[in-house]
Amino acid sequence: MIKKRISIGQIVLGIIMVLLACAVIIPFLLILGVSFSNEQDIMLNGYKLIPEHFDLTAYKYVLQNPRDILQAYKITIIFTIMGTFLTVFFTALIAYPISRRDMVGRNIISYMLLISMLFSGGLAPTYILNTRFLHLNNTIWIYIIPSLLSPWYIFMMRTFFSQLPDSIVEAATIDGASQIRIFYKIIIPLSKPVIATIAVMTFVGKWNLWYESLLYIDDYTKVSLQYFLQRMMKNIALIKEMNDMGMSMSTAITIPSETARMAMAILVAGPILFVFPFFQKYFVKGLTVGGVKG
Amino acid sequence: MKEAIIKKSGKIRRRGGKLAYQGELWGMAALPVLWFIIFSYLPMFGITIAFKNYNYRKGIFGSEWVGLKNFEFFLKSNDMLIVVRNTILMNALFIASLTICALLVAIFMYNIRSRKLVKALQTSYITPNFVSYVMVAYVVYAVLNPQYGIANQLLNKLGIGGVDWYSQPKYWPIILTIVHVWKAVGMRSVMYYAALMGVDETLFEAAEIDGANKVQITYHILIPEILSIIVIMAIMDIGGIFRGDFGLFYLVTQDSPLLYSVTDVVDTYVYRTLMESNNVSLSTAIGFIQSVVGCIMVLVTNFASKKIDGDLGLI
Repeated sequence: MIKKRISIGQIVLGIIMVLLACAVIIPFLLILGVSFSNEQDIMLNGYKLIPEHFDLTAYKYVLQNPRDILQAYKITIIFTIMGTFLTVFFTALIAYPISRRDMVGRNIISYMLLISMLFSGGLAPTYILNTRFLHLNNTIWIYIIPSLLSPWYIFMMRTFFSQLPDSIVEAATIDGASQIRIFYKIIIPLSKPVIATIAVMTFVGKWNLWYESLLYIDDYTKVSLQYFLQRMMKNIALIKEMNDMGMSMSTAITIPSETARMAMAILVAGPILFVFPFFQKYFVKGLTVGGVKG
Repeated sequence: MKEAIIKKSGKIRRRGGKLAYQGELWGMAALPVLWFIIFSYLPMFGITIAFKNYNYRKGIFGSEWVGLKNFEFFLKSNDMLIVVRNTILMNALFIASLTICALLVAIFMYNIRSRKLVKALQTSYITPNFVSYVMVAYVVYAVLNPQYGIANQLLNKLGIGGVDWYSQPKYWPIILTIVHVWKAVGMRSVMYYAALMGVDETLFEAAEIDGANKVQITYHILIPEILSIIVIMAIMDIGGIFRGDFGLFYLVTQDSPLLYSVTDVVDTYVYRTLMESNNVSLSTAIGFIQSVVGCIMVLVTNFASKKIDGDLGLI
């Protein structure tokens, strides 16, 4: 009897939660739907989740000249892979020494990291530093170097390292191994879980960068994919405004501005959106790796 | 045996040179430490710009000192009141809504028996967390576009008539709160869910026998059990109450000046002062105030969370 009552409750609960999940996902599907729609249908009836007429005009229009989007993809792939690798490497490189309890001055480094979490110089001094002194503007390094290290990740990795049994390092030291050797021969292979978590979090963060382009990049061949999409929002609006002012009615028909915009969003965000669910467990792991304490 | 090895190793290390060992460790840490000095500490010294009238040609050292003029200008301006009010009110709305929604989602999830379903649901709830605010802005645009958007289609069908969303400030506190919850609820509910899974089931077995229903058990046993985590998360959020989420307030609103009266926050204001008004010194001064207040907030909230649970807190 009890079992039956629970199962009905389970079904109701399940339906509510699945509907909620649909509500979360549907906005993305709306963009997908619009991108495959016919521009005239949109003009008449507005955006629809399910296209009235399946139409690839928007994609054809966007991919007519794929050079720009491919360039943005190239730049983003380069700085995401390079940035993720360098971030993980340098995070481990500082996390290992400060995980050694007998390191002289490890507290100085820990406090240095803590203060940098609490206080920052702010946007303007950072902007002056990056542009006037380091000249990182209009280079791909702007995506990699200023965001290279995060105290959060360092503390996360240090906590993991310090939980590894001490005897491993001690035993290796007897054999005369240098600390650098111990670091990459023993510590790194043992730390795959935390490295994977930080790598995945950095990867997602880098892939989604756009602020750096907004602030530092004037050269359109070096903008990130997300910022490229952002400019598309503005550019197509511009083209549309010109059409609305009655520049020429013929182009208003030939430029599928609404559907093209959404097609661009799908081309930019689509591929990676299918990869992200596989990243989920690393994110969840990152949440539960607590113990940041200094 | 093991202890003997460890003891021996200690001796070897001492003989082999403690200095060499320390040198190796510091050698590894050197580059990252240098990075922190350049990218974290040099900008802190750049705060001197706030006390000067920065001129691109004269540089930091050549520009003349103006004392507290920049601070005075901001603190006496009307913008200050608007920007600070927006930042704090919007963040307060976010914190309250996210806490309630994530808690509800977590409790519902906790009551679902099927692990597979829970995992599938979590995956969909977390998806918005992975996309950039550029994409979020597209999604919001697809809903709110005045001509073609879904929202106005619905309103028209109901006979209420469409709204020109991007020029009507009054709707935006709600819109931005929904967007924020939509983006963050997955992650936060996973945290609460993990805490709920840690609650000892024997605690409410007795209550179940006594005939307590699910709601009573949730209210009287489950929530009190994870209350400290809920409060700590909220307190940590309060620590950041003076920081606006730039992507949300800049991109999702399409940076529409008509909405500034409710959507302009400290971060967007600092950005515009620097990039649009080109007033480097004023921007630095506002950033400095934000940093100081933010730092105080984090320290206070950190102290508070330690009072609740000694193991938690940042420092």
